[in-house]
Amino acid sequence: MKKVFGLLTAVGLMTAPLAHASTVTVSGSTSVAHVMEVLAENYQNSTNTNVEVQSTGSSAGIRAAKDGTSMIGMSSRNVKDSELNSDTKEIVIARDGIAAAVNKANPVKNLTQEQISKIYRGEIKNWSEVGGEARPIVVVTRENGSGTRGAFEEIMKLQRTINGHKVSAISPTAQVGNGNGMIKTIVTNNPYAIGYISLGSVDDSLRAIDVNGVAATEANIAAGDYQIARPFIVLIDKNAPDNANNFVEYILSENGQSIVANEGYIRIK
Amino acid sequence: MTTASKTHSQGMQLAPAKSYDWKEMVFHALFLSCAMVGVLSVATIGWFVFSEGLPAFKEAGVSQMLFGKEWLPPALFGLLPMVVASIISTAGAVIIGVPIALLTAVFLAELAPNWLANIIRPAVELLAGIPSVVYGFFGLVIIVPAIESIFNIPAGNTILAGVIVLAIMILPTVITISETSLRALPSTYKEGALALGASHIYSIFKVLIPAARSGIYTGIALGVARAIGETMAIIMVMGNAPAMPGSILEPARTLTANIAMEMSYATGIHASALYSTGIVLLAFIVLLNGSLLYLNRKRAH
Repeated sequence: MKKVFGLLTAVGLMTAPLAHASTVTVSGSTSVAHVMEVLAENYQNSTNTNVEVQSTGSSAGIRAAKDGTSMIGMSSRNVKDSELNSDTKEIVIARDGIAAAVNKANPVKNLTQEQISKIYRGEIKNWSEVGGEARPIVVVTRENGSGTRGAFEEIMKLQRTINGHKVSAISPTAQVGNGNGMIKTIVTNNPYAIGYISLGSVDDSLRAIDVNGVAATEANIAAGDYQIARPFIVLIDKNAPDNANNFVEYILSENGQSIVANEGYIRIK
Repeated sequence: MTTASKTHSQGMQLAPAKSYDWKEMVFHALFLSCAMVGVLSVATIGWFVFSEGLPAFKEAGVSQMLFGKEWLPPALFGLLPMVVASIISTAGAVIIGVPIALLTAVFLAELAPNWLANIIRPAVELLAGIPSVVYGFFGLVIIVPAIESIFNIPAGNTILAGVIVLAIMILPTVITISETSLRALPSTYKEGALALGASHIYSIFKVLIPAARSGIYTGIALGVARAIGETMAIIMVMGNAPAMPGSILEPARTLTANIAMEMSYATGIHASALYSTGIVLLAFIVLLNGSLLYLNRKRAH
């Protein structure tokens, strides 16, 4: 008998989120989910509305919002028109900069967007070509499919088309690290490495490079001067339930935006 | 069955004969179901990997995948650089690791004084218990910088770093199994060799090691399986570049690293291509085990 009750409780727990009509479901980009979970927790504490955040990746999040499997979709890259239907609204809730980072011992302080792009294509191979020591450049990149890599490739025009598919133009001989942490470890330990990480992850262990003479700071991104930045987007259907709309309003409110800033991202308002 | 019924009749001679021996049948079923867990797991994994991975094979073509040199999902799915990296890193680990392990096993079984064997053996066993992420970290902070300064190259995250880490990782497996099989030899082998005037060292290399060969092969095969399947440590030290490596001083990506690195983000045909990477890996392991069976069977005849 005990077992039957236990089983019923377990089933009940599993189905509860479905039955609970007031739960707001959010899914998509792993990068956005990071800040979205904090927002959701604060929102739950103040309003008693359940918010369920799933990190499934930008493409999956956009699809979920379009199909209606989630009330809100999250994306950390620009959304293509073909991915949306006419009823989906796109709302930018924050911005995130991508910093090109080098070891602190590296004398190179500034690179142009063009130079970074060429370094990643494998056309510039030595630091002496961009004003540094005569040592080979150790190029470090993220793995295929990562949102940060996708945004970096898009902004730096590191894409080419093969067989009708848009693929990466980053040199295949570049080292690959999975996650911001791995890239940081490699760049921190190798004086000739260059990598790119989310601006929120930059700390004292390495140095973000100025791009086109503009420092990678939140102020410069907000002003639109620092070019390597990506939007954090939520997608919501026009006919979405009120509680989902209320949550998006909360994100854009003063409280929500200060949480965004606290988490190291750039506020919209 | 026969032994069980014999004890049964000896122990309880007066018990009336049952038409069904339930206890016997229950235990029979229990043993059978335990034995099936492994078989069913392999079958399920095989079915799952094939059903997920076949779409990519269909889209790209088998030869394109196996012999293509560029990995650019979702357009090109060339796995050759990763196949090569897996083979080179495993072979390197065997070339460096197996002689060390074999000599350690001989030392422990034949030469070491007791007090020394009692230090070495627990150390080796402890090596087997260290998680691979710790090996990876050790490689990243010790071996990678060492390779950078010894070979004067800009980045030490190379195949060589992976080979060294893997060679250390396969040591405990090969040592333990080789030592056990050396100790299992009848003492007459050694005594006979010594009585015929062979030196101790001569008898080890000409009599004991050849006699223990099948156990040593098993140890090596398990070591190779560990090396080819290792993921975490390799991701940390080998640089993971999906290009064809030109030498062991260049970064490379193994089959396992390819799956582990990209699986979390991959969708659609890209995810399927990662499962087909799994199929290739599975094929390798089957080949490996098959050749081991063949070697051991040949020896038995």
